[in-house]
Amino acid sequence: MSDASLHEFLFVSGLLFAIGLAGVIIRRNIIIIFMSLELMLAAANLTLVAFSRFHPVNGLPDYNGQVLVFFIITVAAAEVAVGLAIIVALYRARQTANIDDLTSMRN
Amino acid sequence: MPQIFFYLFSALAVAGAIALVSFRNPVSCAMSMVASFVGLAALFIGLNAYFVGIIQILVYAGAIMVLFLFIIMLLDLKAETLRRSRPGAVVAAVAIPLLFIVQLFGVLPQTPQPEPEPLALRDAAEGFRDKSVIKNKLANDTLPDVHLVGLTLFGSKGADHPLPSPGFNFPLQIIGILLLVASVGVTALSRKQHAAEPPGNPSRKSPHP
Repeated sequence: MSDASLHEFLFVSGLLFAIGLAGVIIRRNIIIIFMSLELMLAAANLTLVAFSRFHPVNGLPDYNGQVLVFFIITVAAAEVAVGLAIIVALYRARQTANIDDLTSMRN
Repeated sequence: MPQIFFYLFSALAVAGAIALVSFRNPVSCAMSMVASFVGLAALFIGLNAYFVGIIQILVYAGAIMVLFLFIIMLLDLKAETLRRSRPGAVVAAVAIPLLFIVQLFGVLPQTPQPEPEPLALRDAAEGFRDKSVIKNKLANDTLPDVHLVGLTLFGSKGADHPLPSPGFNFPLQIIGILLLVASVGVTALSRKQHAAEPPGNPSRKSPHP
């Protein structure tokens, strides 16, 4: 049984990114849009880890890529905390989480 | 990683992602997000990135999922009702990701495809300091993943070092400041809006003028 190739990992990563992008465009619930954003970030992480594994340095994976993934996960965690606080504040003011009802900045 | 595990876990990740986008109930969406992230973490572990895989499970499938569930239940969100159809958004949601996938099919055959070579752990052990944990583990043919991530993160001195890294101390401190600012910002955001008014003020009866 052969091993999975780099292209297969990159394709899965692109597929996950595309599904997340579709979710951001099509969904109306602001929390689910936020979850789709997290999915897109995680798909980018898969690309970084796959390149780190398939371009070894001295027989070891390229750990610079994994350190970048570590930083991305940290920033994503901070982003989730701030974003969910904004959503709660928005819900308190407007009593809705549907972006069709949040159009006061349109005009 | 063996191909059968790759297909198993990537199918789990993609199925979780599709369920996340298509379920109506927000709690089901959060659960399918967890399924997707567990599949992704398994892919990371299959790529010998054990530290990143465990962090993915702890942070995403643990902490962030609990935060999402907490907010969904706090706001008491009901399942999305079918509203009037928005043909523009549906067309965009199909067309833009499809365009992205087509682009992916165009780019992938032109990128170089390195052979999946096994890691040369015993050879990599040569340059490291004697009696160090990294050297001992590498000589025993195990990958000291956490130690190597830490060595890259905090830097290694010497021109002939086997893992040359300038260190990421400055970005690490910026991340620390970012987390501090985020926690202060969240506290400021979640405060009541009219907390600054003195108690007993008659205007408190109408918080939404």
